[in-house]
Amino acid sequence: MTKDVVLDHVSIRFGSYTAVDNAHLSIQGGEFFSFLGPSGCGKTTLLRCISGFVQPTEGRVLIGGQDMRNVGPNKRPTALIFQNLALFPLLSVAENIAFPLEVRGVSRKNRRRRADELLEMIALPGTGDKKVHELSGGQRQRVAIARALAADPDILLLDEPLSALDLKLRQHMRTELRAIQQRVGLTFIYITHDQGEALTMSDRVAVMNAGVIEQVGDPKTIYNRPRTPFVASFVGETNRIPGEVVSQHGTTVTLSTPVGPLAGQSGGGRDHAPGAACQLFIRPEQLVVAGDGASPNRFAADCTAEEFEGSVQTLHLKAAGLPLRLCRMNAGNVAVAGPGAGALTLSFDPEAAIVLPYGTEADAAA
Amino acid sequence: MNRTAGGGLFSLGYALLFFAFLFGPLIIMVITAFNSSSFPRVVPWECFTTEWFGVLIANQRLMWGLWTSLWIGIAVVALSVPLGLAGALALADLGPSWRAGLYAVLITPILIPGVVIGISTIVLWGAIARVFGAGYDSVIFNGIFLTLLGQVSFIASYTMLIFISRLQRFDSTLTEAALDLGATPGQAFRKVLLPFLKPAIGSAAFIAFLASFENYNTTVFTILSGNTFTTALASKVRLGTDPSLSALAVIIIALTLIGAMVKEADTRRRERLRTGRMARAGVYASPLVRLVAHPAAVFILLGALAGLAIWQGGRHDASACRAEILREKQETQQRLLREQQERMRQFQQQSPAVAPAPGNNPSPFGGAFNPNSLAPPAPAAPPAGANPSPFGGAFAPKSLAPKP
Repeated sequence: MTKDVVLDHVSIRFGSYTAVDNAHLSIQGGEFFSFLGPSGCGKTTLLRCISGFVQPTEGRVLIGGQDMRNVGPNKRPTALIFQNLALFPLLSVAENIAFPLEVRGVSRKNRRRRADELLEMIALPGTGDKKVHELSGGQRQRVAIARALAADPDILLLDEPLSALDLKLRQHMRTELRAIQQRVGLTFIYITHDQGEALTMSDRVAVMNAGVIEQVGDPKTIYNRPRTPFVASFVGETNRIPGEVVSQHGTTVTLSTPVGPLAGQSGGGRDHAPGAACQLFIRPEQLVVAGDGASPNRFAADCTAEEFEGSVQTLHLKAAGLPLRLCRMNAGNVAVAGPGAGALTLSFDPEAAIVLPYGTEADAAA
Repeated sequence: MNRTAGGGLFSLGYALLFFAFLFGPLIIMVITAFNSSSFPRVVPWECFTTEWFGVLIANQRLMWGLWTSLWIGIAVVALSVPLGLAGALALADLGPSWRAGLYAVLITPILIPGVVIGISTIVLWGAIARVFGAGYDSVIFNGIFLTLLGQVSFIASYTMLIFISRLQRFDSTLTEAALDLGATPGQAFRKVLLPFLKPAIGSAAFIAFLASFENYNTTVFTILSGNTFTTALASKVRLGTDPSLSALAVIIIALTLIGAMVKEADTRRRERLRTGRMARAGVYASPLVRLVAHPAAVFILLGALAGLAIWQGGRHDASACRAEILREKQETQQRLLREQQERMRQFQQQSPAVAPAPGNNPSPFGGAFNPNSLAPPAPAAPPAGANPSPFGGAFAPKSLAPKP
């Protein structure tokens, strides 16, 4: 069974410090939901609030429609996977996994059987009698997941569980976690500062900054249609060109910028008054070196450096003093402009550029 | 100049001095326990004897004190370990501002001198007894009860310090994880925190027992008219000491050594089990060696050795040797007596005026108790060779040296 989680205008304050400011969203049952944000943005506090270690100062947390105020962590249908995993060092692997059953009074035989089943599921059969410190990092990771699943929760909460692993293992565990989630069909709430993790695994992502949820949406929307300058610059690489609004037709906004007039989409469907100071965000992979054809948003730039990574090539450019980056797939020929090749003509699709105002008033309507 | 060699020599000398300082007293004490001389000393060596162990055991006061100390020690452990743990847990859960204040309060008993704790304990409970009108036969005037309270009041602080240092290494997310997985706070305490604290509980109990067993400052007041081992020992030393105390030291050293060796065997075995080197290590490959290296085997072996020593010591009879020593002493005494008489006679013959009638007095004191013997000697100085001492030269240097 899966249960949904509703954060109803939750604020958490420690003294005068506001860790979470008016978080209001609902997470559907069976969803893989991520909170993405830099460290110190309040995402761990929010997770501890859902699991019951922190009480909201204002608002309510509802799990399966039930208000969780005054319900202790041991009474909630949640299981938390800690950042350091918090496996019990004195117990064996099987005893660790069977711990939630032991405290419920399940008999020793049934405990062992369930632990062996779960070990089978996480592809670590026969390791039940080992001590935790004898396992590798990735194996411990999976044991922590198995222990959480043994508690038979409706919602699994994960607090940056992959941050201690090396890159290879991290990428492997992303796939693994997603596969486990789809197999057991539980609601996963995942905390991370790594946008790659959030985008690859999640059904939906909430981007947090300084205690405020700035935007909630599916990974593609978050990446392609950021609603705030923070989301635009925190999630993925981007180029920022400041300018002034000239006119707006529908959602298309035309700016006058140091590199010339440019057009883009109004982020979040805002209306911009002519003359307002705005910024245009364009992803490096959306910038192209233009041919002779008539393409919109043309401007000149000088190439200052080139990075060749094999499949991807990055050009560092300068246009009217603004540093820009351009990414493109390796086309297989060597006739690519490098540093010192003179002025290049760049261009981009107005549909791919986002125009946002300065200042980050969050309007995160979930 | 080779500085390394010089440094090596220096550190060797220093190490020797260091160990001599540490173990010298113990070694000398052990030797005196087996010397039949009735004052604990190494030289002159008289006879090898085990009788001082018998004297020790026959000392009712000391044995009864030992028994009392054991019971008090066990009760102190039972009280101060939970109290210390409670204090340490309270400190760990408090906010920083409260923690500093409570820490100061809880640690104060260690800083207060033991005599002060002893006196204040009996003063306080004396006052309480007066308030409640309790008589001298009530528990308040029971020395064991008061000693227990007095000792627990500062030993609980020792155990608390041990628990604090262990708790500092505890990862509190483990408790949170247990709670999150459905454990009640009680279950989280029993199944997660307590197993983690087990080594600290062991060492706290051990230190609490030792601190109670060897305490004198506080106990000497709170025990009132009773006796613990330390107070009995102290009063015995005040009245004059004999080698039975050395015998006690031998027993304590032997027990300590056996305990330390068993513990060491256990530690090594655990280490090998943990690292899984048991099978690989050459020494442990043979099942026989593995059996012998087991702490239980070590304990049985050492216990058997101690038992053998006791049995052999019990059969040892030093009476023949002691009789011989006694006879030698008497002979020496008689010989000295004869020599003195001889000297007296010679002296009298040379200067009969100095020692007047009765001229045939064979007194070994050379007529020291005769009237006028303290009168100033005759103005004519006697020759240096002839001893004019009224004591017949008994105090002259080397007069007691064995004559060839």
